[in-house]
Amino acid sequence: MESFSLTWIDWTIILIYFIFVLGIGWALKKYMSDATAFLEAGRSLPAWVTGLAFISANLGALEVIGMAASGAKYGMATVHFYWIGAIPAMIFLAIFMMPFYYGSKARSVPEYLKLRFDEKTRGFNAFSFAVMTIFASGISMYALAVLAKVLLPIHFELGPFTEFDLYLVVSAVIVLIYTYLGGLSSAIYNEVLQFFLIVIGFLPLVILGLVHIGGWDGMVEKLALDPATAGFQHSWKNISSSHPMGGVIGIVMGLGFVLSFGYWCTNFLVVQRAMAAGSMSAARKTPLIGAIPKMFIPFLVIIPGVIAIALINMGDELFNIPLKGAGYDYDMVIPMLLKRYLPTGVLGLGLTALLASFMSGMAGNVTAFNTVWTYDIYQSYIVPGKSDNHYLRVGRITTIVGVTVSILTAYVAAMFNNVMDFLQLIFAFINAPLFAAFLLGMFTKRTTGHGAFWGLLSGTLSAAVVHGFTAPVGATSLVKGGWAGTVIREFPSEMAQNFAIAIVAFSVALTATLIISYATKRTKTDAQLKGLVYQLTPKTIDDSKLWFQRPAAMAWIVGIIALILTIIFW
Amino acid sequence: MGLDIKIPIGLMFAIFGIILTIFGLTTNGDEMYTLSLNTNINLWSGLFMLVFGSIMLLFSNLVIKPKDKK
Repeated sequence: MESFSLTWIDWTIILIYFIFVLGIGWALKKYMSDATAFLEAGRSLPAWVTGLAFISANLGALEVIGMAASGAKYGMATVHFYWIGAIPAMIFLAIFMMPFYYGSKARSVPEYLKLRFDEKTRGFNAFSFAVMTIFASGISMYALAVLAKVLLPIHFELGPFTEFDLYLVVSAVIVLIYTYLGGLSSAIYNEVLQFFLIVIGFLPLVILGLVHIGGWDGMVEKLALDPATAGFQHSWKNISSSHPMGGVIGIVMGLGFVLSFGYWCTNFLVVQRAMAAGSMSAARKTPLIGAIPKMFIPFLVIIPGVIAIALINMGDELFNIPLKGAGYDYDMVIPMLLKRYLPTGVLGLGLTALLASFMSGMAGNVTAFNTVWTYDIYQSYIVPGKSDNHYLRVGRITTIVGVTVSILTAYVAAMFNNVMDFLQLIFAFINAPLFAAFLLGMFTKRTTGHGAFWGLLSGTLSAAVVHGFTAPVGATSLVKGGWAGTVIREFPSEMAQNFAIAIVAFSVALTATLIISYATKRTKTDAQLKGLVYQLTPKTIDDSKLWFQRPAAMAWIVGIIALILTIIFW
Repeated sequence: MGLDIKIPIGLMFAIFGIILTIFGLTTNGDEMYTLSLNTNINLWSGLFMLVFGSIMLLFSNLVIKPKDKK
């Protein structure tokens, strides 16, 4: 494939962007006086900053590329990841869970688990999270380097190293420098800058694309040209049990409830942004402020995928999607659209947006890893009881080690694709039951540490078992399922299979946690659980003067807008 | 943290805006704009970012001093 033709103006834009992200790290360096400042941003940031960082950390390159790919593959049904997936979970986090996370003074999600349950539950969560974040950042680094190698016209060779290594190392080193200098604050401030850049950089693409295919009506017409893509403009209308996204139950329960609540409410990568806010009120508003742009992100990342299909159907000469095996390589949708519509100048801006999304995602992983490693693993199990200065130093060194290990992981991903699939599978098994432990822990005081721990393990195990007896249509490797030898149920796609596995794992974890909790003795008294469990915590009263600034009112507004969007795009 | 993030955001977009506006003006009518459906997309994006960057700067501590806010 032909690479992009970039001129000096595109390179200037990319260079200026690099100067600004590094400059923000540099400007924050002088505030990094203790471990709290470095690892928790001093709990001092305003809500609009943490709110935008909250969604920006999640808007990594894999998300942008993956959502556009899914938009091209499944059409507007992909919005379920947003309006039924993210939004209700973000509202739940803000209204019901943030008071415990922020009010308990826990410094991380694993630390909350230690306060609420016990050491082993914390350890299980801390270790699985640490490994997961490092691998996640390695995988996205690999994906970016592959893309850059295909698209950018630089050829580089030094001994065994090629331009692939150059892109990988340069992008990682920039993230390393600004997180090393300014810690979590630097990552968060940069995420805000990156958020605006992602929006403004991709906007010309969406506008030009929509104008080109004749607006929404033109898009619907062009989608109808191919029976396979007709109706792609609907989110719910075509959903049935044979749809690749699975049936209504799979979407609402599997994706909307178990997976989304599990991700948005318990994943420290995003929760850490809210915990960095300056007050309880700001912490609760963080997910709600983030939810407002989040609802409209589909127009930025999913619509391009749908536009790409409309362009293919209408036979646009200047646009094509490269082939991969028997079908299209959908991951190339965004790069190919950039190439189709943007001349030099805005092209540099679009590439910078892609780079910004990669960096925000990676910095999110790095800072979350730092905090969990330093507080929940190093301070808890390796070297406890040292001075604050000591942990600040450890936090800094962890940044370097974390980024280095991510780079190595990217090479593992490059060499053994199956290893990565396998690991992602294991993490999916661990994540699915996690929300059960949190839900029971936060809302019933009877849930015990043993209950939570063994509930998590049995949920994970049940996920693996279900995976062994099910498979998506056309599965070619045991990593996709069916490893037990007999396939009891076949799903229309891997996604539908995942949603079903999540439902089972959650139910098993919930039941097991309840049974074991009632069979074991409580180890924490009511006094110890104050601030950690709903019934034992005084109701949070919000001090915002204006009614629409109160979390509850904001939650209603967000929920109603999401509902209206769902109805419009039904 | 003592940094007002609106300042770097405003500055960066204002600089991008100026660069693309000038570049758009000097390349007006260039055949590369057939890609962008004959719109001078550089000029329009440049102007948009210039306005966005300026608004960010207007609301930042550079213009509204922190003590005036309280």
